[in-house]
Amino acid sequence: MATKAEVLDFIRVYADKMAEHRQELTDFDQAIGDGDHGINMSRGFKAVIEKLPTVEDKNIDDILKAVGMTLVSTVGGASGPLYGTAFMKAGAAVKGKEELSDQDVILAFDEAVGGIQFRGKAVQGEKTILDSMIPAIDAIKASIAAGKSMTDALVDAEAAAWDGVEYTKTIIATKGRASYLGERSIGHQDPGATSMAYAFQAAKEVALKAGN
Amino acid sequence: MVGIVVVSHSQKIAEGAVELAKQMAPEAKIAAAGGMEDGSIGTDVSKILAGIEAVQQGDGVVILVDLGSAVMSSEMAIEMLEDSSQVKIIDAPIVEGTIFGSVEASIGSSFEEVIEVLAGAKAYKKF
Repeated sequence: MATKAEVLDFIRVYADKMAEHRQELTDFDQAIGDGDHGINMSRGFKAVIEKLPTVEDKNIDDILKAVGMTLVSTVGGASGPLYGTAFMKAGAAVKGKEELSDQDVILAFDEAVGGIQFRGKAVQGEKTILDSMIPAIDAIKASIAAGKSMTDALVDAEAAAWDGVEYTKTIIATKGRASYLGERSIGHQDPGATSMAYAFQAAKEVALKAGN
Repeated sequence: MVGIVVVSHSQKIAEGAVELAKQMAPEAKIAAAGGMEDGSIGTDVSKILAGIEAVQQGDGVVILVDLGSAVMSSEMAIEMLEDSSQVKIIDAPIVEGTIFGSVEASIGSSFEEVIEVLAGAKAYKKF
């Protein structure tokens, strides 16, 4: 389960992480991309935090949609449309909700990842956001199906996300700017997969704090 | 007249392409949608959306893009339109495409004709 307060808290915690890891994400991106991922994500989420007070009284879907809309106009790089679509799709999946059941959370994640796949025309294994996101969502589903709490499921999800980030070091990028490097992209972790792993870390921290 | 929107990560590239095209087709409806609101490098869905609306006269709009998020941001802007039937992203070189498209549009060619000319811009040999 997730309350609206927890959703808002997740957005704030994630925004803090994007500011905190700005340089790290940029360094990863400098190795294989155009070196702006950390700058772009922190800029986008700074704008989200400025926008949040104007929507925090609304339903969860309106809040998520506002986050997405803000990202697509402030991030600047490919992560703008990708993360923006994810938040908008997650919002549309939980229309009118003031509180999310575990199944709502899973549905929101499924719609979000579907949105990223649609927008980026990517599949798992191409050294992208999806390589940490898909294993993390699979872990949530498996843990909930096994009767665990959402908090425990998110602990498992974060671990799966970081495993996914490690996996990106072993594969060649075929999407985005990193694809120009071909085999030279091997050995480097994907910045998008990394920023996504921090999203699951943020969700886990919020769930642990709420003690569900 | 068919409208043209130039989407680049760089505000200067988008404005420069428009400036160049205007020299040949001063009356063309072209909008530069480059960079972010503060002028930094990137693409911005709202800026693209505003560009489309600024040049849409009911005859269609073609969008020229540079690379990467320019394509994705343009796709999102199109999805946000109430009527996106005559708005299309074209796979053509951004500078040449802007010039060829503007000249073609300014002589009153249809949406389909402008798209066809832009398809040719991709194959155009400079020497």
